[in-house]
Amino acid sequence: MSLGKIFGLYTLSFLAVTILIGIAEQLFGLPPRWIGWIFMGLSLGIYIVIGIITRTSNPDQYYVAGRGVPAVFNGMATGSDWMSAASFISMAGALSAQGFAGLAYVMGWTGGYLLLAVFLGPYLRQFGAYTIPDFLGARYGGNFARIIGVVAAIACSFTYLIAQVTGVGLIVSRFIGLDFNIGVFVGLIGVLFCSVLGGMKSVTWTQVAQYIILIVSYLVPVVYLSYQLFAIPIPELTYGRLLQTNNAKAIEITRDAREKESRALWAKEAEQANAKLKAGNVDEETAEKLKAAAKLATQQATAPAASDNATIGRYLTVPSGVGMWNFLALTFCLMVGTAGLPHILTRYYTTPSVRQARTSVAWSLFFIFLLYFTAPAYAAFARFVIYARLVGTQIAELPRWVTLWQPAGLFDVIDKNGDGIVQWADFVVKSTDFVVLSMPEVAGLPFVITGLVMAGGLAAALSTADGLLLTIANAFSHDLYYNVIDPKASLAKRLMITKVLLVITALVAAWVSTFRVAIIVELVAWAFSLAGASFFPALVMGIWWRRANKAGACAGMIVGLAVTAYYMIGSRFYGVSWFGTQTIASAVFGLPVGFLTIWIVSLLTEAPPKPVQDLVASVRYPKSGQAITSDPLGRGIPIGAR
Amino acid sequence: MADLTEEQRKSYWRYNIKLTTILLVIWFVVTYLISGLWAGWLNQFSFLGFPLGYYMAAQGSLAIFVIEIAVYAYLMNKLDREYGIDEGGAA
Repeated sequence: MSLGKIFGLYTLSFLAVTILIGIAEQLFGLPPRWIGWIFMGLSLGIYIVIGIITRTSNPDQYYVAGRGVPAVFNGMATGSDWMSAASFISMAGALSAQGFAGLAYVMGWTGGYLLLAVFLGPYLRQFGAYTIPDFLGARYGGNFARIIGVVAAIACSFTYLIAQVTGVGLIVSRFIGLDFNIGVFVGLIGVLFCSVLGGMKSVTWTQVAQYIILIVSYLVPVVYLSYQLFAIPIPELTYGRLLQTNNAKAIEITRDAREKESRALWAKEAEQANAKLKAGNVDEETAEKLKAAAKLATQQATAPAASDNATIGRYLTVPSGVGMWNFLALTFCLMVGTAGLPHILTRYYTTPSVRQARTSVAWSLFFIFLLYFTAPAYAAFARFVIYARLVGTQIAELPRWVTLWQPAGLFDVIDKNGDGIVQWADFVVKSTDFVVLSMPEVAGLPFVITGLVMAGGLAAALSTADGLLLTIANAFSHDLYYNVIDPKASLAKRLMITKVLLVITALVAAWVSTFRVAIIVELVAWAFSLAGASFFPALVMGIWWRRANKAGACAGMIVGLAVTAYYMIGSRFYGVSWFGTQTIASAVFGLPVGFLTIWIVSLLTEAPPKPVQDLVASVRYPKSGQAITSDPLGRGIPIGAR
Repeated sequence: MADLTEEQRKSYWRYNIKLTTILLVIWFVVTYLISGLWAGWLNQFSFLGFPLGYYMAAQGSLAIFVIEIAVYAYLMNKLDREYGIDEGGAA
């Protein structure tokens, strides 16, 4: 049976099961808790079965899926590898809260693929290594470049991994009511089964399966809502009208007397909290509480359109001055970060040819585009529903989705001025994640769709965790242990070490995530700047400039990382500020400095040896004389580089 | 390398550089000018009911990126065939 047929059949059966559960819900009143369990069990079961079917101990299969993943499927796998819990659950909500400024994420996380397509993907495939540090080691010679690569890969991937594991725990605990810590470990079983048994091969096919669940569950609620409101099932076409309606409504709300009353009360509360803070003589804990209260009250008093005569909402206001600089800088950092993240780059090693690697980048972005293209629509629909169906209703008769989701603690409805009617300022958003999570109920869909969304969120988090885990374990076992410490290690020993490391890394990530450190979300954004400043210049120069040498690359990576890290830590904690740039856009300084350092240091030092220069030239032409070997030890490094 | 003459290699690479440059210029204009610096000004125009600047940042730029990469893959794969250095197999 062809791959297309297998996954077609899989999609149909998944939809059929969803419909069956829906029927069971309508006919027998299947309780929500059960639906949650069924969806989690079903999807984890699928991933585990795929892991068992595709298990392997062949190194080419284990590290790069035998370089046999067709472009379309590699595109889907990259899509789910790329789209994390944050893309799936948080992005739409963040967009609705941040307005135009939030679009930096949408553009940055897609535009980066163009850089990947023209600068890196096909060339890395032609080069034919197993990991990104592998490339650095072979291209620049020696272990030093490789080790810097290992350190950078682990630093970027591990923070990202913790965020994914946290996402798994949140989803499981929210939908099924399991304890967060237990949820984390349940999710890990799904991840470990496939990565340990079959490495990249299992991870690839699991990610394809996860992509299908992810995209179906993301599109269903918003497509339905669009159809319900406009009779057109394409939300991308209809939400423009909503934007205008939302703006008009926001202005109307701001002028409403009751709204003003409620806002005034919030403003007063903020003032009181601040006054208490100023008066001092409170212990640290109380001070923190007061600060949080003041912040919340200020937010409620001013959002969404603060001034009375605002002509358009924040939604459409384009930032200017420093705001615009930060918008552009962040977009840039997210783009180069996207093109520099090792767990994405390795995916292009798995295609059968350079030709398919190119096509595969196009498919990847297309599959990612399907979700990102819809996310801003989600945000507009959510806002519309809150304006139209919540603001002005009686406190005693809240819509069903409000009563259903209020206990989850994502938002709250507080009747501030005590008039028994909900004002916009009475709706307290604690986490914008509610936008995606509660959308099925908002649209009036049965609970089975909520279960589907849960499975989608879980798929998004698990698939990214899969890819990251493998990248980290391979960096340790293939790059550090095999290539640096013990190059004579037998194949069996190497695979054993990889598997043990996978389990250890997963357990450490789970353990760290149980502390629920708040800084994790921030660290993920940092990972992009770090990846952009460290890998991007060294990889691009390594492929595009023959003259780039070891000293240049090592110096460039270190200086790029150092400048980025200095600005990150300095601006976050010590008030350093260059042009008012925000912390998450630190690579905007580190990246150019990195490029410059590689250029200058390379020119000052000796040119790389002739074989390496020939190798770089040969990478430009697919199927050229350069043999890509996979020797019995499976190093898969072109002969010229040895 | 074996099959290409020096002349062929140069013209192959020149084509690649030209294509890459054109795509990157479009990428830059779409991202940093149309969806960035000029977005506020573009918002006075309307497209499908959307203010144009917002539309380009939220949707238009994404669609353009997808098309750009597809064009790149198509043209480069075609070039490989013309120079007889494609590795075969369906793409």
